[in-house]
Amino acid sequence: MSLLDYFKTTKPNSAKVAKERLQILVAHERNVRNQPSYLPALQQELLKVIQKYIKVDQDAISVNFDSDDEQETLELNIVLPEHTNN
Amino acid sequence: MARIIVVTSGKGGVGKTTTSAAIAMGLAKKGHKTAVIDFDVGLRNLDLVLGCERRVVYDFVNVINNEANLNQALIKDKRCNQLYILPASQTRDKDALTKEGVGKVLEELSKTFKYIVCDSPAGIERGANLAMYFADDAFVVTNPEVSSVRDSDRMLGILSSKSKRAELGEDPIKEYLLLSRYDPKRVKLGAMLSVEDVQDILSLHLLGVIPESQSVLSASNAGEPIILDETSDAGQAYADIVDRYLGEDKPHRFIDEEKKGLFGRLFRS
Repeated sequence: MSLLDYFKTTKPNSAKVAKERLQILVAHERNVRNQPSYLPALQQELLKVIQKYIKVDQDAISVNFDSDDEQETLELNIVLPEHTNN
Repeated sequence: MARIIVVTSGKGGVGKTTTSAAIAMGLAKKGHKTAVIDFDVGLRNLDLVLGCERRVVYDFVNVINNEANLNQALIKDKRCNQLYILPASQTRDKDALTKEGVGKVLEELSKTFKYIVCDSPAGIERGANLAMYFADDAFVVTNPEVSSVRDSDRMLGILSSKSKRAELGEDPIKEYLLLSRYDPKRVKLGAMLSVEDVQDILSLHLLGVIPESQSVLSASNAGEPIILDETSDAGQAYADIVDRYLGEDKPHRFIDEEKKGLFGRLFRS
């Protein structure tokens, strides 16, 4: 380590990293907390139906529940596999 | 009617018991008759922090089980005649606390006390749930550190959904942030979450910042609530917190690094 390093202020700001990680995590956990309890079961059943027709992985489907004062939204997202020539 | 305050955090070791002892003593010193209850069944420590561990005869569970009455179990503080302590039981039976039992004790205390401070155990199990169930106000003790902030947010979710007020559809529990073990120097270096950071994440009303302080350990070593050490920064921080809770408008302190002059730097211990 050179003497110059003492004058550099390039130290990573770990507090900033902590804040960013927490903001993402807390937002996610709050969202999960407000979800109706039937959501995981719904997700599983939807997945089964879709898999009857399309070959998708377990993690290709996401079900999101959002609510505000006005309305509740159920968002279903399916990532289709890349088209392959069978 | 008493006001019931729960001191909670989710995570352990953030300063719940220190805070409970300090604010209960602070409220009592202001002339309000205050009871402080240890909900940590099996791991009682509030008695030790308040220096009355050798005066425990009956405990919270004895009262719930009708093996003793409240007056027999309440320990009157020797320093302040407005403060009473209800110690936790050292039983290993985790189910010793019941909702009905706790409710009955709180109701009886409410007849004669102005404030009831419930010192919650860590975690989200029965003791913690019962400590917050009947609360009117929640003091959420948080350290500027990722796991503590996350657990505090989890506790906030529980406070807003599992409390008596939530179940009955009454006004929600008033939630306050107490940020403890704060080190302005490290915040300035970008090595610790700042007050603003924690508030951005939790969106809570800040009741006070308690600086990291050597005097907290010395106080608990001696069994003296830290608020009685009026020369210590942490003691003063708790005194401010009590004043703010009681409605006084006090500017926040201990958020920025104290500027030390040349002499301060030379004689820094």
